[in-house]
Amino acid sequence: MRAVNGISFSLDRGRTLGLVGESGSGKSVASLTMLGLTRSPNTDFAGEVLLDGVDVLNLPETALRDIRGRRVAMVFQDPLSSLHPMHRVGWQVVEAIQTHERVSMKAARARAVDLIRTVGIPSPESRVDAYPHELSGGMRQRVMIAMALALRPEILIADEPTSALDVTVQAQILQLLSRLQDETGMALILVSHDLGVIAEHTDEVAVMYAGRIVEHGPGDVVIGRPLHPYTCGLLGSIPHVDGPRTTRLTPIPGSPPSAVRLPEGCAFHPRCVLAQRSCELEVPTLELVEPGHRIACPVVAHDRSLALPALPAS
Amino acid sequence: MEAGLGGPAARRSRFARIDSPFVGYIVRRIAWSALLLVIVSFLTFLIFYVLPASDPAILRAGRNASPDLIEEVRASLGLDQPFYEQFRIYAGNVVTDFDLGYSYYSEVPVREEIVSRLPASISVALGAFILWMAIALPVGILTALKPRSKTDRVVTGATLFFLSAPTYWLGLVALFLFARDIGRFPLIGGSGTYVPFSDDPKGWAESLFWPWIVLALAFAGLYARMIGENLREAMEQDYVRTAKAKGLGMRRIVLRHGLRAALTPVVTLAALDLGLLLGGTILVETVFNIPGVGRYAVESIQTGDLPAIQGVVLFGALFIVLAVLVADILYAVLDPRVRY
Repeated sequence: MRAVNGISFSLDRGRTLGLVGESGSGKSVASLTMLGLTRSPNTDFAGEVLLDGVDVLNLPETALRDIRGRRVAMVFQDPLSSLHPMHRVGWQVVEAIQTHERVSMKAARARAVDLIRTVGIPSPESRVDAYPHELSGGMRQRVMIAMALALRPEILIADEPTSALDVTVQAQILQLLSRLQDETGMALILVSHDLGVIAEHTDEVAVMYAGRIVEHGPGDVVIGRPLHPYTCGLLGSIPHVDGPRTTRLTPIPGSPPSAVRLPEGCAFHPRCVLAQRSCELEVPTLELVEPGHRIACPVVAHDRSLALPALPAS
Repeated sequence: MEAGLGGPAARRSRFARIDSPFVGYIVRRIAWSALLLVIVSFLTFLIFYVLPASDPAILRAGRNASPDLIEEVRASLGLDQPFYEQFRIYAGNVVTDFDLGYSYYSEVPVREEIVSRLPASISVALGAFILWMAIALPVGILTALKPRSKTDRVVTGATLFFLSAPTYWLGLVALFLFARDIGRFPLIGGSGTYVPFSDDPKGWAESLFWPWIVLALAFAGLYARMIGENLREAMEQDYVRTAKAKGLGMRRIVLRHGLRAALTPVVTLAALDLGLLLGGTILVETVFNIPGVGRYAVESIQTGDLPAIQGVVLFGALFIVLAVLVADILYAVLDPRVRY
């Protein structure tokens, strides 16, 4: 089974890439693969993940370990299950530091306190000794972020960092990530199914469907004037607070395909209103439609006037 | 919002679990344990009152005793008293002086009889415990990291074998094969060669070698599988993925993250099993003729020595009750999420 297929993107320092898609579209697998973290030992992957020109995936285990946590760090979706329940949070941050740097316990602990303060947790001196279950969901995620930032990574991959949190806390966490990004100049890959999150916090957006990137471009362009029928459908199916109340949401017909049995040709064609004969024959590749904006839809790429309205019709 | 919610957690001290709710819990548990011990001894008492193996007074009075003598003995043992009165006297003595009464046979206080036999039983139990943990831990880790491998299958097979093989059978096989007196390949002292550790440490270890192995094998496979199962499950948890993402090496991930979670339930179960064995291992002590509490229990049952049986049962129950208490405390110490 192929969870992810033909994905390609690049990211510069200080920039933010948003990876959007429904659950099962392969965005998490793609982000885990970047650190060689896909779970099953039987996973095969082809391709390369280049960090300053070095292919991360073909590195020996020890070299890969040196990159994990130090140059590329990750924040996961559910902070309660992603933090070890039986270790104090400070211990877990200290462990991240001491894995990569030879520092005394005392110095590492002082740094852990500083980090916990940086991510906006009040009274960090006592919180370092808390266990994860003693903290609120938002604070746990802040601890995860503190742990990820412990070694000032060049890239932070945040896999659905706010999906398990309350809406009010979501905004705080995302603001925190933006602030820390400004301070450290790290690149951020934000994986989310939440288009609102992506629209607000990313420079670049890649939309994934059935393991492939179907649209890729600057954030405001992809979210504001999407061209791929799937992106348009995705945007049309979320409610807009500022729209008139009478507006009906337009769901995408059908449901996402299983990765085990993908449709022939373009994986989206059975659900696509613009589908043509040719869509069943060939897997579309990303085509440049305007500077920096690519879509994997030959139909729209050849005739831009066919593009669907992204906002629900009023 | 978040900041406000965190107040109480911040004020909680580092030693949160030794604060009053925990102490209160332990006090409650000890009270329950005491009650449990009373119930256990009452039930043992009742069983022997309702189903007397033989009349202790007749046994005590000797051969061809006159009815008067028997009655006299009966009165001196307090057996002419009503049942509840007998139990009240017995329980009273246990509570005030930890006096378990006198053996009907040897006229030695039962408490002394048991205490003098405890070192042998503790030697058997502790040695076997250390051995089975020393086997189970590495084997369990190995099977967890390589599921469905040859090691995994061998362990599963061996577990089933030793679990189904009765201890006394394994013990006899060991004796027939290796005992110096009757064995085919005489390697080591046979049945009944136990010497106390203080007399001769080497002889002590030699005499207990096979008892330890026989007893440990019965548990090692089970524990190896349990450790393996728990560790395999732990290694699939999100926090292990986090540990990998931090750049930790496999050894540290397994030891500090996987095992930390996997061993918590195992430790509590181990405390229970150890408590059970400390009260005397009847089969192993009988097969290898070790003068421990387990063998004393068998002898007392054979002779209908009620105070001795009572004492052994009470001691066994005491060990189990203590073990449960220790297991609970260990669990609370090991898993910070446990609250009382």
